[in-house]
Amino acid sequence: MAVIARRLVFFVITLWAALTINFFLPRLMPGGPVLAMMSRFRGHVTPQAMRSLELAFGVDIHENLLAQYIQYLGDIAQGRFGLSVSFFPVPVAQILMQALPWTLGLIGVTTIISFALGTLIGMVAAWRRGGLADSVLPPVLVVVSAFPYFWFGLICIYLFSAGLGWFPSGFAYDLGSPVALSWSFAGQVLRHAALPAFTITITSIGGWLLTMRNNMIATLSEDYVRMARAKGLSPLRIMVLYAGRNAVLPNITGFALSLGFVLSGALLTEIVFTYPGLGYLLYQAVVGEDYPLMQAIFLLITVAVLAAVLLADVANVLLDPRTRGHQYR
Amino acid sequence: MDRSTAVDGPTGHVRGGAVRLSPLGRVGAAVLANRKAAAGALLLALFTAVALLAPLIAPYDPEASDFLPTAPPSAAHWLGTTSLGQDVLSQVIWGARPSLVIGLIAGIVATVISILVGVTAAYRGGLPDLLLSLATDVFLVLPALPLMIVIAAYLKGSGTWVLIAVIVVTGWAFGARQLRAQALSLRGREFLEAARVRGERGSYVIVCEMLPTMTSLIAANVLGAALYAVLAAAGLQFLGLGDINAISWGSMLYWAQNNEALQTGAPLWAIVPGLCIALLGAALALLNYAFDELSNPALRAARRARGRRAP
Amino acid sequence: MGDALLEVQDLVVEYAGAGRPVVAVDRVSLSLRRGEFLGLVGESGCGKSTLCFAVAQLLLPPARVASGRVLFKGRDLAQIGERELRHVRWREFSVVMQSAMNALNPVMTIGAQLRDAIAAHERVAGRDANARAAEVLRLVGIDALHLRSYPHQLSGGMRQRAMIAMALVFTPDLIVMDEPTSALDVVGQRALMAQIKGLQRRFGFAVLFVTHDMSLVGRYSDRLAIMYAGQIVELGATEAIFAQPRHPYSQGLLMAFPSISGPRQHLQGIPGQPPDLREPPAGCRFHPRCPRVLERCRTQAPPPCAPRGDDLVLCHLYTPKEAERGRLSTAP
Repeated sequence: MAVIARRLVFFVITLWAALTINFFLPRLMPGGPVLAMMSRFRGHVTPQAMRSLELAFGVDIHENLLAQYIQYLGDIAQGRFGLSVSFFPVPVAQILMQALPWTLGLIGVTTIISFALGTLIGMVAAWRRGGLADSVLPPVLVVVSAFPYFWFGLICIYLFSAGLGWFPSGFAYDLGSPVALSWSFAGQVLRHAALPAFTITITSIGGWLLTMRNNMIATLSEDYVRMARAKGLSPLRIMVLYAGRNAVLPNITGFALSLGFVLSGALLTEIVFTYPGLGYLLYQAVVGEDYPLMQAIFLLITVAVLAAVLLADVANVLLDPRTRGHQYR
Repeated sequence: MDRSTAVDGPTGHVRGGAVRLSPLGRVGAAVLANRKAAAGALLLALFTAVALLAPLIAPYDPEASDFLPTAPPSAAHWLGTTSLGQDVLSQVIWGARPSLVIGLIAGIVATVISILVGVTAAYRGGLPDLLLSLATDVFLVLPALPLMIVIAAYLKGSGTWVLIAVIVVTGWAFGARQLRAQALSLRGREFLEAARVRGERGSYVIVCEMLPTMTSLIAANVLGAALYAVLAAAGLQFLGLGDINAISWGSMLYWAQNNEALQTGAPLWAIVPGLCIALLGAALALLNYAFDELSNPALRAARRARGRRAP
Repeated sequence: MGDALLEVQDLVVEYAGAGRPVVAVDRVSLSLRRGEFLGLVGESGCGKSTLCFAVAQLLLPPARVASGRVLFKGRDLAQIGERELRHVRWREFSVVMQSAMNALNPVMTIGAQLRDAIAAHERVAGRDANARAAEVLRLVGIDALHLRSYPHQLSGGMRQRAMIAMALVFTPDLIVMDEPTSALDVVGQRALMAQIKGLQRRFGFAVLFVTHDMSLVGRYSDRLAIMYAGQIVELGATEAIFAQPRHPYSQGLLMAFPSISGPRQHLQGIPGQPPDLREPPAGCRFHPRCPRVLERCRTQAPPPCAPRGDDLVLCHLYTPKEAERGRLSTAP
């Protein structure tokens, strides 16, 4: 359990780092962008809201840096991320909450599927060394995983949507449809999510597959696998329970590490498909020079990644008895 | 003491039937023997040639906009024209330069930082290690793209060097972790003890004893970092955060997307630059993969054994 | 010969490599009767572990059996097909490996690994399987509550004993042991050996015991096979070999061990290094280090000689011609 405690400390530090970056960026950057943003707000906002914006971005301030910092942290803790510039005057927090479910749905589900599939195929590929999965897939997937996500998305749109018309080319559901909890709506959501999900899965599966395959190859030469053969266990049992279960452990920590990378690509995919999640929101924020929104998205994504890392750690403790401590003699 | 990386000589010499190659020759031979590496190296060489020879092989000035806009491919314009009347092929050829330059420079700089942080942390141990590892982990977890976007958005229009800096700041952490792990495994080895006992300074031990044995991992890191840089730069340029007035593959995608190239009959404008990024990325990835296999022979492809097989 | 439990006939095991394959086991023949304890002794790298795994049909690529046969109860194990072989495994012969820490699956409990072996061959209810698992653990002196322990939670000695318990789960006819005591300290080694011998007397299984420690196995084995550079250079009853080692290598080995009883001896090592199996010496493989080398040893491989019954010596000094010439028939 000390392991988990150390992890939590790490998370706090990372969050603090993200917050501090958000605090210092506008203050360090050449004055242009922030001042321009402020002038767009001036006259349209209550003096109170203006004040909190100034505090968040360090403009026109008379308090010293430390006081600003504490005030800023306090605001964040209370969920006051400020007002959005491009969706004025909606509070940033509200906009985030609208986009979050779409991202969780698309990217969350796809990442899990991609990880599971990649791990499974990687395991089988290593088992049947020299077979089809082992000699063809790795190099192909290495190449495919180097494709920019968004470009692959463009190709998919071009081929399957504009070209063959099998799938819609964007957004999460048919325009104009009411958002309702019905089968037809669910069907729309699935249809619209198909291409982006496909894009993300194809480009990210390569990484999981390769690391699992490499781990498996190393594990297969371990003595306990040889022992399992000696015991006359069925090949399936050996592959999954003896080799697979041990080979997957480093993959789980690797999952947490590469999540940031996968997430970035997935966000870009959302942009290409104008999928109304955090990625597309980020794009709109960039276009609209909406710094409050941008920084809030950065924070939110950081939190999401940290949550995933925590989950991976928990999974690790559950799956690997060696992490649980205590020994008999 | 026989150094493990002693150079045998400027050229190979034959001894007892086996040809002994210099370290560079060994690398070259290994690359050629491995099909994946050969393919990657070929692609990379191709792109480098295109970038270097751009003034000679591009049919037109990439920025010249006197041609018929949104024209389909023809003999005069192999890839058609953009909606501003520029020749797509020329832009693609000239666009190779920024991508390669960014990839190379960012890749090297990021790896240098990775080495400094990772190997120092492993060598010093104790408190320095704790702090450096913590910094590494934090930067590893912070989501790169959103961070890059935020920073680049503040610095919009500041040019390529800023782009490189942003990529390096978000990309060094992965390599640092890997290099630290390998340096740690070397720390206990005898040749380092021997150097320490001789009274060598820490920096000497690191640079002259440890780094030479880590060369294949360092090479893999440069390639991996370059790959990350190429893709990240493309992503940022696509979002309009790079220099949108410079000709690069990423900015071509930006303009193509903004002018709805796919829908308005100039699909090559969007597809080809993306394809080039993909191929350059693939070349780097293949070489990276091959270097991984080089340093770990167990991963090389195995032929299916006949008769009674293992598991 | 008729009632041999295990017969290895002219076995050759190769490791495929970049160039020519390396021969790790070169035309080895030996046999084992029911209940017999055969020690297989040799230096590191002489091929004894490879031989051990080849006998147990556990070789991994790039190692492979190039020629020869392994007959278990009269059946050629290499020919009987994967499914049939799995049937035979563990029930009729089992394996104990060198390091229990590596040979036990770190993410499964001891009990689960024992039940695994049982369930692979018999349809028993969970409770019965558990009972049997507890029973074999008790045989080796481990409390049944450790069924729920993970390997890393046990001490080194307990782990080795757990492995032996696992090998006994079906009381097989043959147990192949690859240096099971090497990972333990001296006291632990002796204790484990005594336990193995006791179990052997009780259940009557044959043991093929691979080790580099001659003195350890000398006390407990019935017969001894001495291996050098992939070949068996001497084979015979343990007592006979200890009393009168024939092959110069065996003589060298015995002179390197002090004996507690008997007169004080001058200890000697064997000069030189074992050969690189990629380029073994011509003729007799031991000739570069042999104190009694003859001219023909450098060019002709020695024929297997059988000075008495089942025994074997691979040395020119013991061909009938040499014996006739009266050069020697006994060790110096």
